[in-house]
Amino acid sequence: MRLYTVVAAGGFRRYATYRMATAAGVFTNTVFGFIMAYAYVALWDQRPQLGGYDMSQALTYVWLGQALLMTCAMMGGGFEDELIERIRTGDVAVDLYRPVDLQLWWMAGDLGRAAFHLLGRGIVPMLLGSLAFDLALPASPGIWLAFLVSVTLGVVVSFAIRYLVALSAFWLLDGAGVSQMTALAGMFFSGMLLPLTLFPGVLGDVARVLPWSSLLQVPADVLLGKRTGWGLVEAYAFQGGWALTLLLVGRLVQSVATRRVVVQGG
Amino acid sequence: MADAPEVVFVERSRLVEGVRAYGLIAAMWLRSTMAYRASFAMTAFGNFAATAFDFVAILLMFSHVDALGGYTLPEVALLYGAAGTAFGLADLVLGSMDRLGRRVRDGTLDTLLVRPVPVLAQVAADRFALRRLGRITQGGLVLGYALVTLDIAWTPLKVVMIPLMLLSGAAIFAAVFVAGAAFQFFAQDASEVQNSFTYGGNTLLQYPPSIFAKDLVRGVTFVVPLAFVNWLPALYVLGRDYPLGLPDWVAFLPPVVAGLCWLLAGLAWRVGLRAYRSTGS
Repeated sequence: MRLYTVVAAGGFRRYATYRMATAAGVFTNTVFGFIMAYAYVALWDQRPQLGGYDMSQALTYVWLGQALLMTCAMMGGGFEDELIERIRTGDVAVDLYRPVDLQLWWMAGDLGRAAFHLLGRGIVPMLLGSLAFDLALPASPGIWLAFLVSVTLGVVVSFAIRYLVALSAFWLLDGAGVSQMTALAGMFFSGMLLPLTLFPGVLGDVARVLPWSSLLQVPADVLLGKRTGWGLVEAYAFQGGWALTLLLVGRLVQSVATRRVVVQGG
Repeated sequence: MADAPEVVFVERSRLVEGVRAYGLIAAMWLRSTMAYRASFAMTAFGNFAATAFDFVAILLMFSHVDALGGYTLPEVALLYGAAGTAFGLADLVLGSMDRLGRRVRDGTLDTLLVRPVPVLAQVAADRFALRRLGRITQGGLVLGYALVTLDIAWTPLKVVMIPLMLLSGAAIFAAVFVAGAAFQFFAQDASEVQNSFTYGGNTLLQYPPSIFAKDLVRGVTFVVPLAFVNWLPALYVLGRDYPLGLPDWVAFLPPVVAGLCWLLAGLAWRVGLRAYRSTGS
C-alpha cells in the first residue's frame, strides 16, 4: 500500500514539474470553455430547461467539462502512451519481473496524475468561468465531497479503459489507432461535446449506460444536485460496477498477453 | 549589375530547396506510416470521425432548435465546412509544427540546424501524416451539403468567393501554425497555447459570430484575424450583415490578410530561430 502511495505521489509530482505546460493548458481550457459557453447560451436561450438543465446549470456543465477533461483523460493521454511504447520495445518484460502488480502500479501513477490535473487545470478555468457567467455551484460541502468521490470513480473507469487500450499493443504493436478510437468514444460518450441528456432516443439510452458516462455526465449530475440519496448510491454503483468489471477484464487480458504473446526485445 | 540575378537565384533556390526537402521528408514519413497499415486505416478514419463527431454535436443541437443565433443548419454548415476544410489543409501541411517545443526541450532541434536544409521545411514535414486527409474530407462533405441545401442567389463574385475563402483561410491558419511554433522557441512546453488558436479558432469559427460577445468578435477580427478565414467571406455569400457593421468589401480582404499574416509569422519565425539556444543535450 505504501509503495502505491509513493507511486501516486510520483505521478502527481511528475506532471507538477511542467508549470508552463500547465499554464498553457489552463489557457486552452478557458478558451474552449468560453466558446462552448456561448454556444450553450444560444441554445438555452431558445430552449430553457433543455435536457433538464436550466441556463446556469448548463453553463456549469460546460466549465465542469473543461475542468475534468484532463483529470478523467477523456481524450486519452497519460500513462498509456508510455506503456504502449514499453510493450512495443519489449521493455515491459522487465516490468513483469518486478515484485509489484503491473495494473496497480500504473493505476497508482494515473491517480496521482489525475489529482494534479484536477488542481492544476481544473480550478482556475472553473473560477474564470464563474466570473464571466452565472454558474450553479453548490454551497453544501457534502455535495462537493460526493462529487469528489464520483470524480475518483470516474478516473478509475477511465484508467481501466486506457489500460485495455495499452494492452492491445501486445497484439497490434502500434497502439495509435486504438488510442484514437478510444479518444473519440471518450469525447462523444462522456458527454463532453453535449450533455448525454440531450441525446435522442436509443442513442441517448445507450450513451447513458456505456462506461464513458462515468467520466463527465455522472460526476456533473452529482455536482448539480441531480443525484442525491438513493440516486447517489445508484450513481456510485454504476461507476463502481464499470470500474470493477473493466479492471477485471484488464487482468484477464494481461494474463493472456503475458502467457501467449512473445515479448519483443533484444 | 552582375550580382543581382545571382542573389535572386540563391533566394529562389532556397525556396525550391525547402519545398523539395519538405517533399522528401514527407514521403519518408508516408512510407513509415504505411508499415502499420491497419493502424493507418484506423487513424485516417479516426481523423475523419473525430471531426465528424463535433458536427454530430451540432446536429444534435439542431434537433432541439430550428436556428442557433439566428442561423439555420445549412448556414451553420457553410461556416463549419469552410472553417474545417481550411483548417484541415493547413493541418495537413503544417500540423506537425506543434512538436517544435519538444524538439527544443530534448535538443533534437540541433540535428535539424546542422543540415543544409531550411529548418522550417524540416520541422513542418516532421511526422507528416496523410491521415489528416480525414479532416479535410469531413470538412469538404459538410461544405458540400451546405452548398447543395442553401438557397443562394449566386453571382460570379459569390462563386469565386468559395475557393478564395478556402485557400486564404488555409493560409491564415498556416500562418498561425508558424507563429505558434515561433512562440515555442521561447515558451518551450506551451504548445497548448498554439492549440487554443488553431483548434480553438477552428471550433469558434464553426459557430455564427452572432452568438459571441462583441469584444470576442472584435478580438478575432482585428487582433488575431481568424474572422477572415470564413466569417466575413461566408456572411457575404449568405447576404448577412457582420455583427461589427463592417463594409461589404471587407469580405474580399482574406488574401491580403493571409499575406500580412504570413509576413508577420515569417518574421516571428526568424526572431525565434535566432533566439534559440541549444539545451546542449
